[in-house]
Amino acid sequence: MLRKLLVALAAAVIASPALAQGTVKIAVIGPMAYVQGENHWMGAELARDDINNAGGISVGGKKLKVELIRADSNEIQSVSDATNAMERVITRDKADYVVGGFRSEAVIAMQEVAMDYKKLFLGCGAADAKLGQNVEANYDRYKYWFRVTPTKSPDLGRTLFAVLGSIAGQIRADLKKDTPKVAILAEKVLWTQAIVTALQTNLPKMKMEVVGLWQPSPTATDVTAELSAIERAGADIVFTAVSGPVGIVLGRQMGERKMKAIAFGINVEAQKDGFWEATAGKGNYVSTLDTYGMVEVTPTMIPFVKEFEARFHKSPTYNAATYDAIMLLKDAIEQAGTTNADKLVPVLEGFKDHIGTSGTLTWDKLHDPVWAVGKTSGIAVQWQDGKKVPFWPPQVKGMQPFKLP
Amino acid sequence: MLQDILVTGLVNGGVYALLAIGFSLIFGVARIVNIAHTAFYMLAAYCFYTLLVRLQLPGALAALISVVAVTALSVLCYRLVIEPVREHESAVLIATIALALIFQELMLYAYGGNFLGIPSAVDGVLTVFGVSIPYQRLLILVVAAAMLVGTWLLLYRTRLGLAIRATANDLEVANLMGMNVHRVAMATVAISVALAAIAGVVVAPVFVVDPFMWLTPLVTMLAIVVLGGLGSLKGSLVGALIIGYVEAITVFALPQGAFLKGAMALSIMVVVLLIRPEGLFGVVFEEER
Repeated sequence: MLRKLLVALAAAVIASPALAQGTVKIAVIGPMAYVQGENHWMGAELARDDINNAGGISVGGKKLKVELIRADSNEIQSVSDATNAMERVITRDKADYVVGGFRSEAVIAMQEVAMDYKKLFLGCGAADAKLGQNVEANYDRYKYWFRVTPTKSPDLGRTLFAVLGSIAGQIRADLKKDTPKVAILAEKVLWTQAIVTALQTNLPKMKMEVVGLWQPSPTATDVTAELSAIERAGADIVFTAVSGPVGIVLGRQMGERKMKAIAFGINVEAQKDGFWEATAGKGNYVSTLDTYGMVEVTPTMIPFVKEFEARFHKSPTYNAATYDAIMLLKDAIEQAGTTNADKLVPVLEGFKDHIGTSGTLTWDKLHDPVWAVGKTSGIAVQWQDGKKVPFWPPQVKGMQPFKLP
Repeated sequence: MLQDILVTGLVNGGVYALLAIGFSLIFGVARIVNIAHTAFYMLAAYCFYTLLVRLQLPGALAALISVVAVTALSVLCYRLVIEPVREHESAVLIATIALALIFQELMLYAYGGNFLGIPSAVDGVLTVFGVSIPYQRLLILVVAAAMLVGTWLLLYRTRLGLAIRATANDLEVANLMGMNVHRVAMATVAISVALAAIAGVVVAPVFVVDPFMWLTPLVTMLAIVVLGGLGSLKGSLVGALIIGYVEAITVFALPQGAFLKGAMALSIMVVVLLIRPEGLFGVVFEEER
């Protein structure tokens, strides 16, 4: 009881003075020493500059400028560092809103802190379904949480099945194999659990044979033994669910071994520009889900990617959707005519097919993006001779053919 | 499956053996608990990456500079950090942990947390009993064998080796016999870090380079040296092979438990120590050396 009173008192004391100050303070929280945090920050910088160059956010006859607060959560190394960073940006830096977050375990903990202070927290990195389930279980407490990217892990699974079906079709046609064999290689971490269960249940229904499940540690840097076993099992597809360094080693070692199997799934390292160099040019044919590419998923995706590459000399990862998160806040503030978080929640909930750079967003009652191919599903890309080539969904303009080794 | 386990275990054991030799020398023979040992391995990998990938130097030159530079740094660290507290093992432990963390944070600051790759010295794959082995891993096996033989010759066929063993056996008596024990210790540190640096240069191309790459090998090296027996190079080799095979068996026999391979290896170490506290080939040291 005493804790609730103290938090309520603190929340009242630090309540948004944005309108009086003439600025909106947005904290960008992420692992800033890593690509994920860099992208959080770079996407936010673009949004800030686009908004401020256009005059600012219009509210109550005033124009509010966006001010960013850079917060290094160090969440890949330490969950407690992440919660401390969240506490700091709210209480010391007086952030009005928070965007970012990457590692599910850390974002779940940071969500608690943000909700204690009734701060709008728009996630741009964590996939675990619990974040949205919290909203459903205790709406009054968790209504300030909204997920922008990626979709929740079961929906990532739906995207994966859709792409996997397309790849399996190509294997059936080109290699004349009616029942492609799939080896699942998934890190033993929270976000992969739902995906692994769904794969084991659904792949046989899709006329694919699961030849085994290998679960290395998220910090593993060697999968020699795993790949030997997978090769021996005769897999046609190595389904990957990896976010750590093993994604690089996997691509490299498959290339060195000249494996005939194709790697597809979620491979966070393969989404980065540095993947090709990190695999010493051996990561050919590795494919993964991704978010941004030079394709027309939305009318603003290609202009955004071009602007991002021109300014930062690298292509964006899904964490750069902090751009969309800040634009969503801007649109909500302008529509509500206030910066008050409680009044912004119903406005955000009411957005339908909001067009962003990463997709076309509608939230469900869990404040998770409603899954739809070509809207929130993201895209799939494959490394082909040093270039990341988008190949799915095929109906989107700009997609190119998927290649088998 | 048997041939997969035999070949994979041997190759992975070779990788561990190369890392374990230097650690065995400094920890097992010279009795200096240098927790920063694998941090020097990490520094060598970064140095090699910078010279080879960013500055485009020839591979052999980049490797030579990396090994020499990191060895020189280790001597400096020894004089400034380890030597003043060498009499107190716990202080050495803390000081070398601090050194390792400083190196880690410096690399994190300079290169970020990104995972970096180094091209292999030799491309291609050899197929043995249907199991594919990249040539780079075979190179590691060859280098590990050469380093093992070289270290054994140094310890048992040279005056410096005799001095290292004598100092390790009884510091005070060695001192009274006229040996410059500080210089011997410094030479031991330099040799062991040179071995770590060679490991960094040869092994890094099969893994990834990142600021935290020193942590996992450190635990594995501790397990191997303790399992094989303190002070025994032969023990380190056998310990490395045991750990390599245990990991391979875990992955092949229990694919869903592949993440447990490190824990399985450490469990084997605990069991061996319960049965044979001095390790497989270790000598029982007196309470007071």
